[in-house]
Amino acid sequence: MNRLPLIVLSVPERLAKNRFELDEEESHIQVNQAIVKSSGCGKAIVNCCAAHVYTEEADGTLSVEYAACLECGTCLAVAAPGALTWRYPRGGFGIQFREG
Amino acid sequence: MTAPDTAAAQPENDFDVIVVGAGVAGCITAYQLAGQGHSVVLIERGEAPGSKNLSGGVLYCRGIQEVFPDFLDEAPVERRITRNYITFLNAESSVGIDYKDARLADPVNAVTVLRGKLDAWLGEKCEEAGVFVMPGVRVDRVLTEQGPTGTRVVGVKSGDDELRARVVVAADGVNSFIAQEVGLRDKQPLNHLATGVKCVVRLPKETIESRFALRGNEGAAFALVGDCTQGVGGGGFLYTNTDSISVGVVLRLDDLVAKEKSATEIFDHFLAHPFIAPYLEDGEVTEYGCHLVAEGGLDMLGEIDMDGMIVVGEAAGLTLNTGLTVRGMDLAVASGVAAAVGIDAALSGNDTSKAGLAGYRDALFASFAGKDLRTYAKAPSFLETGRMYREYGELLSNVMYGVFNLDNRPRQHLAAVAFKAFRKSPVKIRHLITDGFAGVRAL
Repeated sequence: MNRLPLIVLSVPERLAKNRFELDEEESHIQVNQAIVKSSGCGKAIVNCCAAHVYTEEADGTLSVEYAACLECGTCLAVAAPGALTWRYPRGGFGIQFREG
Repeated sequence: MTAPDTAAAQPENDFDVIVVGAGVAGCITAYQLAGQGHSVVLIERGEAPGSKNLSGGVLYCRGIQEVFPDFLDEAPVERRITRNYITFLNAESSVGIDYKDARLADPVNAVTVLRGKLDAWLGEKCEEAGVFVMPGVRVDRVLTEQGPTGTRVVGVKSGDDELRARVVVAADGVNSFIAQEVGLRDKQPLNHLATGVKCVVRLPKETIESRFALRGNEGAAFALVGDCTQGVGGGGFLYTNTDSISVGVVLRLDDLVAKEKSATEIFDHFLAHPFIAPYLEDGEVTEYGCHLVAEGGLDMLGEIDMDGMIVVGEAAGLTLNTGLTVRGMDLAVASGVAAAVGIDAALSGNDTSKAGLAGYRDALFASFAGKDLRTYAKAPSFLETGRMYREYGELLSNVMYGVFNLDNRPRQHLAAVAFKAFRKSPVKIRHLITDGFAGVRAL
């Protein structure tokens, strides 16, 4: 039998199961496009992010969907120094795990 | 040289101790200190303790039972692990060791937990003990002053608000911006870091018990290496909760980046793997999360003390992957207990300088946690052996296939079957010898 198990949802479908308190006023992630470009770390950032926060655009820039961030910090670990300014969202905002 | 805390014209302290981060390490530290009569504030950036916290899910619980003797009855634990299934998982085959033992339940040795629930409970215990729990507050930075022995941490700042204390405890997790800010921690090399990606999948309790061959509150922990991570260093796991399964992969970042693989594609591949999928069938995903994992063991343990501050739990790099057991929360408990011992002595002796706080380091390294870090100091580099994640699993399954595939040809002795499989494998004798020798010494 070749039935695909229900578990394989897309990343956005999985994220939709989570509870987020979105900080509409402030993004906790900023990208230094020049450093991303010169270091070539954009692909690693895109690949390592489990929430698909980052997308490499056609012009080579890195766009950010900060609302989806699961706040693990992996992007910062693989980014070239200075490529990302990444901090935790303001208190009470962002992902709120019920299971964890 | 010790510098007394009560220098002239100092602003008054709001608390004896500020703990930043209500995870396991922070909560245990705060709970113990409040029990000793100290005034403690526990600051948490999430809505409530636990709401930012995520683990794979196995807690080796003997340490936390010393802090909370009724832990197993009172705390929101999921299942008591009696079955450990360690498997090389290839594309179309798997070879594993299925270790099940009633002794693991008496006394209970490990339990599955969900941190959203566990840490909320720990936060309640802290409040009961007199800790002032302050959720929804992000600490932006620490307050420092120049003292006679260098920079001294004197408090924390959040927005325009400042809090001062005689000791600050950085329990702010693997990214510990606080420890980095004061230079206790450098950016970690990628071979010491991994990213964990996890789903919680809801299934009826009875379904879990029949699929995993469990009774009552027994639980299973599956650990898998090989094709399940498409050859990337790391592994996968399946842990049973009461009425859900925690399923995930842990991927070493140096290897993930070098192979230009996508973490979510590997996770999808894992979930759809014919070994994994049947366990999850008809389940409903209730949550999706990820966590940066420190895997460097003793190498990663940074500086853990300075004037006015100590670092505990994952913020201190306290995690241990021994290949068979993957530990973090039990080390967090041990560091919290040791921290409270050291801080209590420092407060009583009226010396919260680095020298005055040295009791923390001493207590940590005298505990099983510190000793285990030393015992397994070589494990992380051994686990970087690429053959662990590709060739060895294939080799083992080819030996087993040679044994079980009765193809109407005359049988050969097991040694000959193994030798043939070995000849076909890219693994060389010298690999077996060096890896075997390194493994015996490291694990």
